[in-house]
Amino acid sequence: MATNREIWQRAYDGSPKRDVDHQTMSGIPLDAVYGTDGSEYPGVYPYTRGPYASMYQSKLWTMRMFAGFGTAEDTNWRFKEIIKAGGTGLSTAFDMPTLLGIDSDDPMALGEVGRCGVAIDTLADMADLYAGIDLGEITTSMTINSPAAVIFAMFVAQAEQAGTPRARLGGTLQNDILKEYQAQKEFVFPPRQSMRLVRDTIAFTAAEMPRWHSISISGYHIREAGSTAVEELAFTLANGFAYVELALQAGLDVDAFAPRLSFFFNAHIDFFEEIAKYRAARRIWARWMKERYGATDAKSMQLRFHCQTAGVSLTAQQPEVNIVRTAIEALAGVLGGAQSLHTNSMDEALALPTEKSARIALRTQQVIGFETNVAHVADPLGGSYYVEALTEEMERQAEALFAELDEMGGGSMLEGAIRGIEENWFQGKIADSAFELEKRLNSGRRITVGVNAFTEGNDEDQMELLAITDEDELRQRKRLDQVRHDRDQQAVDAALARVAADARDPQVNLMPALIDAVKAYATLGEIMGTMEHEFGRHVEVPVI
Amino acid sequence: MAGERILIAKVGLDGHDRGIKVVARILRDAGYEVIYTGLFQTPATVAAAAVDEDVDAIGLSMLSGAHMTLAPLVVQETRARGSEIPVILGGIVPAADLEPLRTAGIAAVLTPGATAEQIVNEVRGVLDRAAAGR
Repeated sequence: MATNREIWQRAYDGSPKRDVDHQTMSGIPLDAVYGTDGSEYPGVYPYTRGPYASMYQSKLWTMRMFAGFGTAEDTNWRFKEIIKAGGTGLSTAFDMPTLLGIDSDDPMALGEVGRCGVAIDTLADMADLYAGIDLGEITTSMTINSPAAVIFAMFVAQAEQAGTPRARLGGTLQNDILKEYQAQKEFVFPPRQSMRLVRDTIAFTAAEMPRWHSISISGYHIREAGSTAVEELAFTLANGFAYVELALQAGLDVDAFAPRLSFFFNAHIDFFEEIAKYRAARRIWARWMKERYGATDAKSMQLRFHCQTAGVSLTAQQPEVNIVRTAIEALAGVLGGAQSLHTNSMDEALALPTEKSARIALRTQQVIGFETNVAHVADPLGGSYYVEALTEEMERQAEALFAELDEMGGGSMLEGAIRGIEENWFQGKIADSAFELEKRLNSGRRITVGVNAFTEGNDEDQMELLAITDEDELRQRKRLDQVRHDRDQQAVDAALARVAADARDPQVNLMPALIDAVKAYATLGEIMGTMEHEFGRHVEVPVI
Repeated sequence: MAGERILIAKVGLDGHDRGIKVVARILRDAGYEVIYTGLFQTPATVAAAAVDEDVDAIGLSMLSGAHMTLAPLVVQETRARGSEIPVILGGIVPAADLEPLRTAGIAAVLTPGATAEQIVNEVRGVLDRAAAGR
């Protein structure tokens, strides 16, 4: 039988390689990975050391900078700046009204339009957002959840109008609704109805969009909401298992959709724990996919992830220091084998980033990728007594949490995830962990530079911040008025009636009706309102 | 402070509730009775709840950048109900916004990095000033 090393070597030899000098600065030649005959290897089950045999030898991670503010035109301009500066992927931040599926002229949207991301009301905005960008070439990620199916319908419709067929579109829809109830709290419909929409997008992309990732199962927000690294690991993977069971229940073959699932983790400041977290995640996912869900395609077992440095680790005090934090966190993501990375900007504890601070954040990735040589060797910390022990311990603690959820769900991780939400199990644990950390900060057991120690310099001049004016809100409302005025109202009414009818029948896939509705220039708010009428609305009973 | 009650609220669409939950526990540990509205409130619903519950202060938590629009509206809605309940704002608030917020009637602003002690002291100060003004 072939040794792990031999299996790795075969896969490595068959992989494309980047043309770089594969040596240290002193000229010491480097192997692509280090290990023993029997040790774990990247690209070899259970993939602890990485999903691919050649990792960054073939391709550096995608430097995917998250951006979005003001109107679609504003953000389109920022996207083009990112591409010019060497960014290799796009990632779209939507504003709060869009995230909650309401229009820019809804009374609840007052003061929020374009503030935290870009405002998208109709297909016309979506067309402006990606105007002049070849979506068949660059991959695009969209951070959207409750209205994900509708925004995705707009994305597909605008790409096809611009001449790119849906089968050529590559990218990721976040579409992870479970963590909305657990952590991010941008929910609209009740959990079970929301999960039906997730099912429809998984089935639609499995059938028609081979290059598209239908969900990015996200621990990022769970961590930002206050969880520990272990909870982030466990809750995220548990949500992943829930989506797998959802698609299996819908009759899909596991290997037909699982290769298109991707993950999104936080890169926090506890350097080695973060690296161990990514390694444990890959090993757990591979084992569960193979043993519990019967996957046979290696791609179904290979966990691939995007990661973002921890917004919550940034300080409003001495914001320049955030560049250092972000660099350390990004390095953890890279040493942990991330497929794509967003680095936060130094001013994000204060506002959305300026162009300059966003550029420094991208440059941070470029320093790691092109100057430090850390990308030469895959999983460079594999075999470290410390990192291996930490990996195993995180895995053990995560398994204990899976066991609790499995029991809560009576043998179903899908049911466990939903009950865990309904019973505030996740939310309670996250709030407890957030408070524990706060107590440690308050007692001085944990230090944050510039906040509870080393505060000299906190009073220095304020940095220049990006200002979003009320004018953007007014401009966006005018634009929405114009679209409503120009469209064929009868076509809109008919399309919305079909959305309602399809929503009532849980057997039907809603995606075709949603694509028709957006093409008729029905607004996001109209379509979401139509579905809400059928699905109802989720109201959280908060625990404090 | 026995019996003093604080209504804490999330107005608008902002779902970030880590901070408000931590502040709720800090205030509760400091001896206050804390009532949390839950997410997605409007200035009118917050003002109405504060007046109905006869609370001693309102605490808003805002991290979405909408504070310049929504926080003053909470003050207006509260005053429109004939109440002088002080309104405290916590969250991501750039320094340039502090003065306009004070002018709009916000009693205090707490920004990222505030310690439990600072939060409790600030709230105490606001409550004492409100009591002295009555």
